Amino acid sequence: MLNAISEWAKAAVLEVQEYVRLCAAAFRGATSRPFYYRDMVEQFEQIGVGSLTVVLLTGLFTGAVLALQSGITLDQFGARPFVGRLVSASMIKELGPVLTALMLTGRVGSGIAAELGSMMVAEQINALRALGTDPIRKLVVPRILAGTIMCPILTVVADFVGILGGWVIATFQLRVESSVYWTSVLEGLYPQDPWMGLIKPFFLGFAIVSIGCHVGLRTRGGTQGVGRATTNAVVAASVAVLAVDFFITRLLFTLMY
Amino acid sequence: MPVEQPLQRQEILDAEGAPIVVFDKVSLAFDDKVILREVSFTLIKGHTKVILGASGAGKSTILKLILGLLKADDGVVWVNGERVDQMNELELMRVRGDLGMVFQEGALFDSLTVRENVGYKLWEELRWPIERVDKRVEEILGFIALSEHIDKMPSELSGGQRRRVAIARAMAAKPRVLLYDEPTTGLDPITSTTVDEEIVKLRDLEGVSSIVVTHQLRDAFFIATHEAVRNDGKVDIITADEEKSEQAEFIMLRDGRICFEGPAGELKRSSDPYLKTFLS
Repeated sequence: MLNAISEWAKAAVLEVQEYVRLCAAAFRGATSRPFYYRDMVEQFEQIGVGSLTVVLLTGLFTGAVLALQSGITLDQFGARPFVGRLVSASMIKELGPVLTALMLTGRVGSGIAAELGSMMVAEQINALRALGTDPIRKLVVPRILAGTIMCPILTVVADFVGILGGWVIATFQLRVESSVYWTSVLEGLYPQDPWMGLIKPFFLGFAIVSIGCHVGLRTRGGTQGVGRATTNAVVAASVAVLAVDFFITRLLFTLMY
Repeated sequence: MPVEQPLQRQEILDAEGAPIVVFDKVSLAFDDKVILREVSFTLIKGHTKVILGASGAGKSTILKLILGLLKADDGVVWVNGERVDQMNELELMRVRGDLGMVFQEGALFDSLTVRENVGYKLWEELRWPIERVDKRVEEILGFIALSEHIDKMPSELSGGQRRRVAIARAMAAKPRVLLYDEPTTGLDPITSTTVDEEIVKLRDLEGVSSIVVTHQLRDAFFIATHEAVRNDGKVDIITADEEKSEQAEFIMLRDGRICFEGPAGELKRSSDPYLKTFLS
């Protein structure tokens, strides 16, 4: 039993060590030549533009259901016109960043782990190294940069369509005046809130993609290993999104409010 | 009397009979499993080493140590006059510039066409102009008779064609050493012979030193006992004379140690029971 715990602890420490090494190597790769510009553009397109549909749909329906649910609750206090406050505060501070990140985890984190994992088991990563290419610079850096920069942009899109979804429900179902809704949307926010909603996705995007890359590059054991790596990447990145969100929120509250 | 200048590394490497790859008492273990025990050998410029052994004997590990994809626990590895066992990844990139590797299943990049796979190193790493890359790619694909497949994806090729494209990719930048990891495993005898002939042609016509890891004896002996010659602009593969055959040395690995090192004739005549079992 003790032996099993010690083995598990050793494996966990090794994973953390390798993850930190990968992040350090990616940092070096992002700040020194050579750069693979074509791969960067490709990844920005794949991670950013490719995730737009899923983020739009998630944001729209989340905002709509938020307005629907909160409208009923607010009615109990005769506060239906304040529905915009609730939608904007929830979307911009919490739901926008976290739901966008979770959607990216499902779409991007799993994809990266599967792609790099397949390249590992097919020896394509070794082939890259044999051809004089550093896989970290060629594969990891473009993905991390794209994930870190596109996550906040996608979050802004999700926030906007979420508030729009809330407006549709508030106006057409809850019969709240359009001008009242939009005034309420702005009144519901502290000046620091948009900053919080913008800062968090940088960390969440980094966590999702770096975990995907780490798990992918440590894939062993053929096609079964690729399947395992994909699952592990999604599970680890989803938990990381929620944990990082909590700690960054806590930190930002201390620093900004 | 003039003072004699010491020879530079490049001059030594350019000389006839220069040692291109040297293993000096190299050992490697993964946890408790010993893979290589004090393995030593030398590959001479323009010669061939054929590494034989049972599955898991450490044959492919030797190639990975040469490329610096793995680090030895003990001993010294020299490649092109540079000690690779102590190099970091950045320094290894320079050494790998003069090495080509053909991986077991080809390891072609799925998302790139044959043209892009073969020209990968030239445009991505060496930053050649695209016209020059295209010219070189067409030249190599012509050499290995795959010109008509230039714009196909790897998934559209047969196993043998994929293996030959992998050879083309490895030789694109004209490396001095080519490493082949089981180049004919899983191929039918006719396709295997085609791949063997490419290896012989590269060695004899392009002057590439080769290390071939295999457990296919038929292919190993074919490579060792044949040579490529130009005949009126045409390339012929003929049976090699004794002197040429002796330039291809066999290494047999057993339990992480070299249990035989010598030319094809000596291997065939060996009375060692293990070798006899392996050859039967």
